[in-house]
Amino acid sequence: MQFMLLFSRQGKLRLQKWYVPLSDKEKKKITRELVQTVLARKPKMCSFLEWRDLKIVYKRYASLYFCCAIEDQDNELITLEIIHRYVELLDKYFGSVCELDIIFNFEKAYFILDEFLLGGEAQETSKKNVLKAIEQADLLQESEDEYLSVKIFK
Amino acid sequence: MSDVVEKTLTALPSLLSLDSQPGSGKLSSTSKLGNLIRGITELTSKHEEEKLIQRELSSIKEQVASPNTSMRQMKELMVRAIYCEMLGYEASFSYIHAIKLAQQGTVLEKRVGYLAVSLFLNESHELLLLLVNTVLKDLQSTNLIEVCMALTVVSQMFPKDMIPAILPLVEEKLTHPKEIIRRKAVLALYKFYLIAPNQVQHIHNKFRKALCDKDPGVMTASLHIYLQMIKENPEGYKDLTASFVTILKQVVGGKLPMDFNYHSVPAPWLQIQLLRILSLLGKDDQSTSEMMYEVLDESLRRAEMNHNITYAILYECVKSIYTIHPKAELLEKAAKCIGNFVLSPKINLKYLGLKALTYVVQQDANLALQHQLTIIECLDHSDLVIKRETLELLFRITNAQNVTVIVEKMLEFLRLSKDDYTTIDLVGKVAELAEKYAPDNEWFIETMNTVFSLGGDMMQPDIPNSFLRLLSEGFDSTEEDRQLRLFAVDSYVSLLQGEPGRLPQRFLQVISWVLGEYSHLREGLEPATTLRLLAKLLDMKHTSSETKSWVLLAMSKLCEGPDCVSLAQELSERHGGSLDTVLRQRVQELRHLSEDAELRASVLPRDAAQEPLEVDSSLSFLDGFVSEALSAGAAPYKPPHQRQEELAQAKALSLEPYGLSLPISMSSCSLADRQSPTLLSMSSGLSGNSTDLSHKGGSTTLKLDGVKRVWGKDGYLAQKEPVEESAQVEVPSPLCSPSRQGGADSTHSQTPTPTPTPEPEKEKQQLASSLFVGLGSQSSVCLMGKSEQTPQRFRRKAKGQGSSSGASEQISNSHYSTQSTVDNLLCNNLLDSTVTSDLAVSTPEQTPQLSQEVATTNGTCDAEQDLIEETDPGNSPSLIRANSTVTADPPAHKDPDRPKDSCLSSHLPAELAGLSHSEIIPLCSSQNLDLSACHVQKEDALLLVIFIENSSDSDIEQMLLQTESDELEVSCVTDSPVEAVRSLSVSVYQYSLMVKRPAAHVALAGTASYQLPSGESQVMQFSYRLPLTSFIRPLCVSTEEYGTLWLAFSQDTKQNLALLNDGQDPLTATLDVLKNKLQLHVVDIIGAEGIVACRLLQGQPCLMHCRVHAGSLAVWLRSPVPDLPDCLLYHCQRALQEH
Repeated sequence: MQFMLLFSRQGKLRLQKWYVPLSDKEKKKITRELVQTVLARKPKMCSFLEWRDLKIVYKRYASLYFCCAIEDQDNELITLEIIHRYVELLDKYFGSVCELDIIFNFEKAYFILDEFLLGGEAQETSKKNVLKAIEQADLLQESEDEYLSVKIFK
Repeated sequence: MSDVVEKTLTALPSLLSLDSQPGSGKLSSTSKLGNLIRGITELTSKHEEEKLIQRELSSIKEQVASPNTSMRQMKELMVRAIYCEMLGYEASFSYIHAIKLAQQGTVLEKRVGYLAVSLFLNESHELLLLLVNTVLKDLQSTNLIEVCMALTVVSQMFPKDMIPAILPLVEEKLTHPKEIIRRKAVLALYKFYLIAPNQVQHIHNKFRKALCDKDPGVMTASLHIYLQMIKENPEGYKDLTASFVTILKQVVGGKLPMDFNYHSVPAPWLQIQLLRILSLLGKDDQSTSEMMYEVLDESLRRAEMNHNITYAILYECVKSIYTIHPKAELLEKAAKCIGNFVLSPKINLKYLGLKALTYVVQQDANLALQHQLTIIECLDHSDLVIKRETLELLFRITNAQNVTVIVEKMLEFLRLSKDDYTTIDLVGKVAELAEKYAPDNEWFIETMNTVFSLGGDMMQPDIPNSFLRLLSEGFDSTEEDRQLRLFAVDSYVSLLQGEPGRLPQRFLQVISWVLGEYSHLREGLEPATTLRLLAKLLDMKHTSSETKSWVLLAMSKLCEGPDCVSLAQELSERHGGSLDTVLRQRVQELRHLSEDAELRASVLPRDAAQEPLEVDSSLSFLDGFVSEALSAGAAPYKPPHQRQEELAQAKALSLEPYGLSLPISMSSCSLADRQSPTLLSMSSGLSGNSTDLSHKGGSTTLKLDGVKRVWGKDGYLAQKEPVEESAQVEVPSPLCSPSRQGGADSTHSQTPTPTPTPEPEKEKQQLASSLFVGLGSQSSVCLMGKSEQTPQRFRRKAKGQGSSSGASEQISNSHYSTQSTVDNLLCNNLLDSTVTSDLAVSTPEQTPQLSQEVATTNGTCDAEQDLIEETDPGNSPSLIRANSTVTADPPAHKDPDRPKDSCLSSHLPAELAGLSHSEIIPLCSSQNLDLSACHVQKEDALLLVIFIENSSDSDIEQMLLQTESDELEVSCVTDSPVEAVRSLSVSVYQYSLMVKRPAAHVALAGTASYQLPSGESQVMQFSYRLPLTSFIRPLCVSTEEYGTLWLAFSQDTKQNLALLNDGQDPLTATLDVLKNKLQLHVVDIIGAEGIVACRLLQGQPCLMHCRVHAGSLAVWLRSPVPDLPDCLLYHCQRALQEH
């Protein structure tokens, strides 16, 4: 996989992960072009696009578009399922995830993505294992946050 | 504690205000971020957002720089900086702080620090070096989470040069007790392998260990590395095939823990990865492929659930099945799968179905036939993506008969498409099809007009170039050429009379060239009219200065008569002061040439575009000038490489003894004395000019002009044709492959002919018949059906040495072979003729592989045919075969080539028996005859020996062999050509070959026609290809003679070759290899220079000057024959590579 973008129906970028080294300018250009192209497509249309020399696989979940760029010989359907598995992971972690969760906790979304995909390849496809890894790292944070929230509301 | 208080205070209002919003309860406690986000959503304009973010950034900047900021606050600041960057605002000041955070923070803060680093920086960013120490420290940490974080960041980005610093630590982690650490370590190594493969070479055995890891996650991770390595070198990992098959079997069989299931499909990612690896291993390798048939079958069978994930696996399976060595049973299942995809109502599956069809259609055109109606529907699909993919499929099945319809569809799409990438790609494809299959001149010119108008100035420059060359070089018939040019002229004149302002620059350039060159062909078209039209272009605002010079050049060719002189005068006044020097030059030329008709006729001779330009590349006409200059004290000219070398030598100490250096400088001086700048050697035609070649291929194919438009009213022609054609060769119709019959049946059932069909349906059917016409015949199993296309391919291949068209020929050939394999399995063994006709198409290099395929397919059929054939074809040795009746059986030609070779070589004429001959290669065969050939190198000749082996028990009469070749002159040596071939005997034909036009490989095509005892006549086609080296002989000259010859030749080529380094003197070693392999004569070696000479059989020489320079061999070839230096260079390269 070359990169993954999450953006809203309004075209606001919510998450970006680049697995190939590109300059900021290129990244911005690609993002702008792709957001435009994908948003212009109708709901019943094909989830795959040929774009430059890459293949774009995208899927919409509620108000959020998930969009991955893969190489020509890669399997489009499995990429669609990668997106789906990522959404499942987010859902499980946040508990029925919505766009707001990802906006306000985008760093968490990144952590989950990094446990699932590493360097553009699926690293761990078992849902349980990914979440276990995240939870272990979160453990300390959670306890601190709990401590904090207790403080706030007392 | 103070942070906590601060945090609490800032958090309170925001948390309270959020209460009314749904989902706000679990909003993050990083309230400053929350504030920012909320602030942004409340804004209405982009401008306000910008202001807010800039304010935010400057506040972040201030805080991160403050020494009082705690790491905890820093973490929060980093998150905000990431957010700002995501919105597209630069926060580069924070990068260094991200690294600091990763370095100094506690585990939690570190995590954010690493994340920020991985988002902010990329591999080549210099700040990344500062991270190395942190990573090193964390890799050694006892805290697992820290180790994990370090490995995660390393797997995403790491400076290449610093890999050795951390490699031992990462390697160590491969044996870590925790699987998550092992897994991440494997992925980190994968990353290293990608960016610096050499650095991890020594740990390949550890990869194997990872592959055998007891944890499936670690094993899966290691497959990424294996996929990459196998992609690069499939041969190196064949031994692992069995392991991969076993793993896949276990996965498919559900042996993995339930955790790895995805929607109750066991580890789909793992399955797909394994399938990809297997297809790479099994490609072109029968024995390896055989190992995986079973598990592929199993995968196909298991993947039956109706869910995307199973389709993903199926799709990968199908791809593998079509990539590896074919097996009929699997191909059939895969074809069914593709059918399900194509017919699926789900659009994503339909897309993949089309993609798969595109992939396999050359192997199995019937598959496209079966789905013609679906394909037509997709062609009109509202989704452009689907439309585009369908066109891609149609592009692959285009032939001379359906080209107009397909091209029309493509142009239709082009008019809709807005995307530059698509336009460039499609325009190239249309141009390719038009050149290859144009049915007539009119259509060709009109199509190219559309291509030029739509492609605009984006399209690849070789499209107009090859178009112009096609026009100028023409074909065999001059009348045909005239017609084509005339039509082009007419069409361009009318375009210019319209609105030329809308035409793209490239098109205007083409138009001006054609008008300049050929407008005289149109009677009644006054040059003045054309000139006025062209002059109009000069005045248009958008015309670029490049186009203007094309226009002016065209005008120079046309200007004649007093009108023109005044026009030229006027133009020179108007443009004489132009800032563009080229333009000024052109205007001057125009003015002078318009005044002097004689001069014009000699400078720009009419109709001479196809004449090779004679360029005196030795610049001998400057001799007087040079000698004058030399006598006046000028320094002799030195070529750049020599100057550089001398410059280098001047800096370093000279280590060569004085005695030697004198002759070197002498020889190089004499050689270098009057060289030409290479740019001038325009006429060394071949000089790696690929457009030249591809275009020539095009010109031959255009000869297909005579092909009639056969589509239209007849409906499904494709189904009818094969039957007709098979009737022609009198093969009983039941022999038609069941698969095609199946295809025919299914389409018939889709469109019951007797019932009146509604209007749109009818349209579709008509479209179908015009789109798929000719497909059936292409894939049909009869000899005659193919003969139409075969000669075209021959010619193209013969010309297209090394060009892309040559490559595609090869591909299509191999596809044909598989196609026939399938057919063969499906139908009966009697149809052996298909296989053999394919053999005829194949190049000699492919033959071993092909015949292997033939052997296996027949082998399978034999098993079913036990009753008919009593002999076991596997062990019928050729010696018995030669004179026993068993040979009449079709399996005759299945025997491996080896024994046949030894058997046939005994038939070599006595005078040739003592000479060395090439391997005897089967050319083609039918039920009665086998043709084989080899070539014999004699001192003064090259002989082609063709063996005709009659394996039937009846005599063959009126045997006639005919050959033709673009590159070779073929003359028959045998005194009285054999006319009859007795039963069970071998006749030998001898031909003497001479090179007409050098090419790296030269080929000849031929037909053998004969009459069966029944009186029925048969035709077989074959081709034979041999390297140019067979025609090269040493040329023994002295150094002086060499010197004189060198100056006389004009065709030259320069290139650097690899220098061999086996011990002794590299120059001598390299030249020895060339001498032995290519039969060159080494004239002299002096110091670091060597001169070598050779000639073609008929005597044309080629000289080579070699010099060791900067570790490579700079060679410079000269010859009087165009193309010869390039071809020889090619063989030198190969000889050195093979050494």
